[in-house]
This record gives sequence, C-alpha cells and structure tokens, in this order.
Amino acid sequence: MVKNFFKRFYIGIILLFLYAPIIILIILSFNKSKSRAKWGGFTLKWYAELFQNDDIMRALYTTLILAFVSALIATIIGTAGAFAINAMKKTPRVIMLGITNIPMLNADIVTGISLMLLFVALRFSLGFTSVLLAHITFNIPYVLLSVMPKLKQLNPNTFEAAQDLGASPFYAFFKVILPDIFPGIISGYFLAFTMSLDDFVITYFTKGPEINTLSTKIYTEVRKGIKPEIYALSTIMFTAILLLLIIANRKSGEKNIPLRK
Amino acid sequence: MNDTKPKHNPLLERGLMLPNANRMKLFSFPYILWMAGFIIIPLIMILFYGMTTSENRFTFANLAMIAEPINYKALALALLLSIISTVICLILAYPLSIILNNIKMKSNSLIIFIIILPMWMNFLLRTIAWQNILERTGILNTLLTFLHLPTLNIINTPAAIILGMVYNYLPFMILPIYNVLIKIDQDVVNAARDLGANSLQTFIKIIFPLSLPGVISGITMVFVPSLTTFAISSILGGSKIVLMGNVIEQQFTLGNWHTGSGLSLVLMIFVLLCMAILSKYDKEAEGSSIW
Repeated sequence: MVKNFFKRFYIGIILLFLYAPIIILIILSFNKSKSRAKWGGFTLKWYAELFQNDDIMRALYTTLILAFVSALIATIIGTAGAFAINAMKKTPRVIMLGITNIPMLNADIVTGISLMLLFVALRFSLGFTSVLLAHITFNIPYVLLSVMPKLKQLNPNTFEAAQDLGASPFYAFFKVILPDIFPGIISGYFLAFTMSLDDFVITYFTKGPEINTLSTKIYTEVRKGIKPEIYALSTIMFTAILLLLIIANRKSGEKNIPLRK
Repeated sequence: MNDTKPKHNPLLERGLMLPNANRMKLFSFPYILWMAGFIIIPLIMILFYGMTTSENRFTFANLAMIAEPINYKALALALLLSIISTVICLILAYPLSIILNNIKMKSNSLIIFIIILPMWMNFLLRTIAWQNILERTGILNTLLTFLHLPTLNIINTPAAIILGMVYNYLPFMILPIYNVLIKIDQDVVNAARDLGANSLQTFIKIIFPLSLPGVISGITMVFVPSLTTFAISSILGGSKIVLMGNVIEQQFTLGNWHTGSGLSLVLMIFVLLCMAILSKYDKEAEGSSIW
C-alpha cells in the first residue's frame, strides 16, 4: 500500500512539473490584467482580440503552412529514402544512416547557422522558402527513422504472393506493402509536423527579417512582454490537439476491445 | 514478438530489391541529393568560415577565440549546467519509466501522449511561464510565504537555467528509457528470479544492462540541446549569465560570422566527443530510433 502510494505520488509530482507551466499559461489567457504578475479578473477579451491581431494571425498561418508542407515533402523524400536505404548493402546503409542521424544529434544552433551560411553563399534570400528548406531537412530523419522499422518487419512473401497471383509489382506495392508500412509513414508525418511546429532555433537563423513563425515572434516579444493574445492562441492550440488525441485514443480503444476477448 | 522474421531477409532483398534494383536507386536520389546539399555542404561551409578570415585567408584565429575569458567561461558554464541537467533528468526519468512500465497500461501510447503533449505548447512560452513561477513575487514564493517557509530567489541564477533545461528536455529522457523498458522480455526477468536473483541483482544484472541503449539515447538527447541552448538561458538566466549558445548567437547578431563559425566548431567538438564516448556503450546504434 505504502509503496503504491509512493509510486502514484511520484508520477503525480512529475506530471505536475510537466504541466504546471501549461496550467499557468491557460490561466494567463483569461487574465484581465495585461501584466503577467497579477490577476486582474476573468476575461475572454484576449480570445476576441486574437482574431483581430494581424501580426499573430500571419505568424500562425506561416507556422501552420510551414509545418504542413515541410512534413509532407519530408514524408515523401524520407519514405523513398527508407526504401532505398533498406535495400542497400550493409556498408552504404550504415553510412547513410549515420548521415541521417546528423541533423537529429547535432546541435540545432549549428544546423541553423550552417544552413544560413549555405543560403547566403548561394545568394538565396532568406525568407519563407529558406525556412521551408531548413524544416524539410531536419524533418526527413524523423520520417525515415519511423518508416525503417516497419520496412524491416515486412513479410516479403506477401509481396511475392501478390505477384504470383497476377498483381503487377506496382499494384502489389500499393495493395500489400504500403498498407503494412502506413502506420510508420503516418507517425513519421506527425512527428515531423510537431518538430516543425515547435522549432525555434533553426527558424531563427534561417528566416530573414520579413517573416515570423509563432516561435520567433514570441522570442522577439520576450523582453518587451508577451501579448496576452498569444496565451489565448496557445490555449486554443493546446485544447485542439488534446481533443484530437482523446478522440484518436477512443477510436483505437474501441478497436482494441474485440481483439482482447 | 515474431522471431521468424530475420532482420535482413534474403527473400526480402530478392523480392524487393533485385527486380527493382534500378528503381530503388532512383528512390534514393532525392534523399541523397538533399542530405548532401543541406547537411554535408552546410557543415563544410561552417568549417570554411571557421577557418578563414573575412578576406578568405586561412587562419586559426577564430578557433583561438575560445581562449578569451568570456568565451571559455561561457563554454565551461554550459558544460557544467548541461551535465548537471542531464544527471538530474536521468535520476528523475529512470524511476518514472520503471513505475510506468509496471503499471501495464492498456495502451502505452496513452503514456507517450501524456509525456509528449506539453511539447504542443510552444517551448518558449512554457519557459516564460517558469519565470512566473520563479519570480521574486512569483507563484512559488507566494506559496512558500503562505506556508511560512523561507522564499527562494532562483530566477536569474544558474539554478533557474538548470530547472529550465530539466523541464524542457525531461521528455527526451523519459521516452527512450520507457520505450526500451517495455520491450524487455518478461521471461528473462522471471528466469533471473527463478535462478535465485533478488530484485536488486535482477536490476543490476538484467534490467539495467538491457535498458542501456535507451539511457544512452536519452543522455544524448538531453545533453546536446542543453549544452547548446541560448533561449532558455536568455529567458531564465537574465542578461548576466552567458552560455556558449548565447556567445555564438551574439557573434552572428553582430555580424562576426567567422568568429561565430569558429566558436561553433569548438562547440561541435564537444558534441562529437559526447557522441563518441556514448557510442562505445551503445552496440545497437544502427537504426535505433529515438522513440
């Protein structure tokens, strides 16, 4: 009993540690006072003003488009790359995986700076496209490493069986192989999307003066004080993703029940 | 677990590779081009900038900038704080992963969701929220005063930066360890018990060695971003505490790209050193995913 209590207490403490700042940000989004330091009463006005604030809405739009497109392109290149690497012999495969690991293991600040130096050397003006290219670059490894394990688990006999039964390799690929690795592709996409959404350092170095994502906008506002509309926006985003995950979890939970019996 | 599927099935290579060998090569083109163009070449650019003067002449002067007191102090402090943060993360995450593994949830994806979920709120905002908690008249001190306890003044100190690092990177320590622990075959643990090992012996001889790959990737994923951060230190450390990341960022803001690149190279040496040390302990580096 005591042991069990202690275990729960420990989980509780860690969760409190992880979620305390989030609770505070949600509370601040309803704070009438513009200052972070004091509570001025409950209000919804930041939520109303959020949608009038062009600066924030533009940063949100940039952030979402960037995450959506960079994750999509990274998924295509990464999945193709996973197939290719999987078919390679041992030595080239180890080398390729080593290179794949570089952007994940290397310091963000170094990746960001190195890409900035490249864009400047190519006289490529820093802006949306340069940030997009940078995001695709650090997203590809996440996709590749999500798809690779699924490829290794593939049962090759099914692919051959499909072809023996008269399917063209192309048809067999879409009907047999793709469904098997699809969960890996999807989780790779979402991982890439999340990484892009949350990135600050690499964006900061590759973005140029004209555009802002939410991260870089927040960073420029740290010194002069964060606009409360930003708290409102992040509360909305957090709630949205929470609901999405709960629904997704419910659905997969329903599917699990017959399997268990 | 299905052990009948070998890792590199010869059939797989015959079925998937040989008839389509050329197509597979085509598949790899965009990937190889991308990695060469946006990873290898940019790193060479840093090397080039770090080793040249603004007149494109070869020099070691940029690397030697690390000998300036302000720079090596920043590096030393960054190393110290990131090592402390990594150790704290490991101490917090390992017991948690064991407890979570023992609960045997219906789906472990729920646990992973709960750990990842905070990352959906921008990390800068979450770090700013810690300012609110730690400030002199912040939430923590209000609570402590209410309980008639002495107040803590840790905002704008190295302690606040450590807290920020631990907070931001703890999930990166929990997830790999938890993911390795849930995959440990329970039969192996039971066998050790049957052969007379007590819980401590089972842990030292069986569970810990098997969880080592997770610990290693956890350490890398906490240590490297902590060592190189500049946002956490500038938000929670005030303007007086300067870490290596801040130094490099300042050099680039001031337009001293060559010095900045030189210092980045020095920083990279430590990142590589960390990986080299850790890869000695990690035998299954190939394809080990982060979570």
